[in-house]
Amino acid sequence: MVQINLPKNSEVQKGKYYQDKTGSKNIRKVNVYRWDPSDGENPRVDTYEVDMDNCPSKVLDILNKIKNEIDPSLAYRRSCAHGVCGSCAMNMDGKNGLACTKPHSEIDGDINIYPLPHLKVKKDLIGDLSGLYKQYQSIEPWLKTNTKVETTEIIQSKKDREKLDGAYECIMCACCSTSCPSYWWNGDKYLGPAVLLQAYRWIVDSRDDERKERLKKVADELKLYRCHTIMNCTNACPKGLNPAKAIAELKKMLATS
Amino acid sequence: MSSYKIIDHEYDVIVLGAGGSGLRAAVGLSEAGLKTACISKVFPTRSHTSAAQGGISASLGNMGEDDWRWHMYDTVKGADWLGDQDSIEYLCKEAPAAVIELEKYGVPFSRTDDGKIYQRPFGGMTKNYGNGIVQRTCAAADRTGHAILHTLYGQALKHNTEFFIEYFALDLLMKDGECKGLIAWNLNDGTIHRFRAHSTIIATGGYGKAYYSATSAHTCTGDGNAMVLRAGLPLQDMEFVQFHPTGIYGHGTLISEGVRGEGGYLVNSKGERFMERYAPKAKDLASRDVVSRSMSIEINEGRGVGKEQDHVHLHLSHLDKSIIESRLPGITEAARLFANVDVTKEPIPVVPTVHYNMGGIPTNYKAEVLTGNDSETVPGLMAIGEAACVSVHGANRLGSNSLIDLVVFGRAAAKRAAEIVKPGTPHENIGETETEKCLERFDKLRNSNGENSTAELRLSMQKTMQSKCAVFRTEKTLKEGVDDIRKAYDGMGSISVKDKSLVFNTDLVETLEYDNLIRQAITTVDSAYNRQESRGAHAREDFPKRDDEKFMQHTVAWCNGRDTKIDYRPVTKTTLTNEVQYFPPQERVY
Repeated sequence: MVQINLPKNSEVQKGKYYQDKTGSKNIRKVNVYRWDPSDGENPRVDTYEVDMDNCPSKVLDILNKIKNEIDPSLAYRRSCAHGVCGSCAMNMDGKNGLACTKPHSEIDGDINIYPLPHLKVKKDLIGDLSGLYKQYQSIEPWLKTNTKVETTEIIQSKKDREKLDGAYECIMCACCSTSCPSYWWNGDKYLGPAVLLQAYRWIVDSRDDERKERLKKVADELKLYRCHTIMNCTNACPKGLNPAKAIAELKKMLATS
Repeated sequence: MSSYKIIDHEYDVIVLGAGGSGLRAAVGLSEAGLKTACISKVFPTRSHTSAAQGGISASLGNMGEDDWRWHMYDTVKGADWLGDQDSIEYLCKEAPAAVIELEKYGVPFSRTDDGKIYQRPFGGMTKNYGNGIVQRTCAAADRTGHAILHTLYGQALKHNTEFFIEYFALDLLMKDGECKGLIAWNLNDGTIHRFRAHSTIIATGGYGKAYYSATSAHTCTGDGNAMVLRAGLPLQDMEFVQFHPTGIYGHGTLISEGVRGEGGYLVNSKGERFMERYAPKAKDLASRDVVSRSMSIEINEGRGVGKEQDHVHLHLSHLDKSIIESRLPGITEAARLFANVDVTKEPIPVVPTVHYNMGGIPTNYKAEVLTGNDSETVPGLMAIGEAACVSVHGANRLGSNSLIDLVVFGRAAAKRAAEIVKPGTPHENIGETETEKCLERFDKLRNSNGENSTAELRLSMQKTMQSKCAVFRTEKTLKEGVDDIRKAYDGMGSISVKDKSLVFNTDLVETLEYDNLIRQAITTVDSAYNRQESRGAHAREDFPKRDDEKFMQHTVAWCNGRDTKIDYRPVTKTTLTNEVQYFPPQERVY
């Protein structure tokens, strides 16, 4: 029988162990994925003992504490720290989410922190999202209108505006797409839930005059129909959005048009 | 520094920063046919514009009569007469067209019953020159900044703007007082890039992270401001730091002024709506400096809530549930996540929190950077957004005037650059001295092996700013601030950077950001120390009155690291056109 092995350089090794130096009685072990492209070494998982008596409530607070007090070399993205910029998306306790909104009290036992799954890693917890950004551009995320009126807004009823709720709030953190098995296997061709949700956002905008063309563009075996309604996306969304439903709506529109 | 590989680029114009103002400028530049690069240390939609909640001001008059002149009066008054009235006229007059443009770009604004853009009341926004409340702030629920930022990024994609994402800018390239571009470090692969441009537009935002408790993102480190200081140019009005009345107690997360716009109000430990005492007419919708001071007085006089009596309550549970759901969903989520509060049942614990920098890089209304000497400009250099001090916000910015500032002056900068720069103009040679100087600083910090961690020094700076240069200031606290902040600066002499690599070395990024922050902190506290009056956000207990004779002037401050030079330049007392008259100083009551 054929033996299938991981390539040598992708085997994750046991890393360094950082023992607590504060003497705290309230310690949690935090295991963090580390990889530095500059040193030629394999990825590893470092373990940090973190004093929880002096740590605010979110996973990002733990990472900041590690970076500020234990190991400044740890690399991760973070910015707004309240769930609107989408920078600190990562995999915590096996689930994708935003480190800045995920309470560590929701995690039992050791805390395991990895980059978003199935992305090329740039360093430590920083994943390469350039593919997803390119796909986002491909759906042409801008209003296409033939209106000639220049001095006033395009009128949109409250009801029509409501159709954008649940779609325009997306922060492009990629938690959904990187939790989707279909996207893992076909991420180069399948648009994935994050981008399809945005495609949907422009298709249902009553002000847009190219609804049909937009629909036609996503109606593709790979771009759209690689969604097999696994629902991981909706489960993963840290903003409580429902990309799976938007994808279902797209399929419905195509089936009935 | 031959060890660093340098990659050269040539553009007509470069924009540094990809938030609201940077993206709006980039769109305009691309439309004008200029070869444009937009450089940002974060992916555009991660910029802090995304955190703006309440709305964007413009006298559309969708919810009752309005006039841009009323908006101008409110802004002049909000600024406590430190704003330049030519720039304020430009802002308010251009605002309605700028919002309509955003709507055409696709911003999902909330709507009125007749399908127009919904507008809500906001602090300091009045009708008929201070007579009653007006609804002027255009909103996309309470996620207006997010909606605008994502839409502008879409427009930039539409116009094929060239982005350089996750590039950290190091320094400007200056030659004989002219700006020729900048040098940046590509975090993705560790290479150094030299961007040549006929015009460089700085849109790097504010420096809220100089303080301990701020609504600002981790990335709000005012990198462009510090680059300007290092280029030997001044910053203006840096003592004016806005404390937003409603940051979540203990965490600092912003709770939009839109909550009070929709009918929420503040309450002290005695259950009093105390704003009625401080601002009988506007109450909870007085301007931010006034509300923050009132809250601080309540807390200082023992009427704060909580175990430590060190904050107050923001009530909105009396509001209709459907209003909370449709217009304030974002803050509902934030209150749940960061204060463990169900806003339909309980009040939100809030405290004044650092939010916005009125000060920044001095510019005229065309976004051209000023040398500090009268109205002389720096050829090749522009600044917009929170990084700039145009000055439209003067001593205190009104809520929702910042988003409109971004798009109006982003557009103005693109227009001006298109007038000055002819597409494809060749670049003259510049020597290597500037590049070497820049890389020397970079290399020195990268290889520093001292005893002080960046995080410790940053914390010491933040705590100093928070305690010595806060809502209320005195000679004594400021003098201590002037001294203590220099200790944090001196600590850099023995700083340590553990990570020596070049790819996503966030240890070095944070150290470079600290180097940027500390210069601005020094400039801020020195400027505050020298302004012996109270005006807008700068409240001196030892000089409680505004002193127009001596201080109706902009502070201009140069900083070469440890030392500053403080000077003053006059506020513009003329309007741009005769469509409106100059508003002379009045007593400022709400």
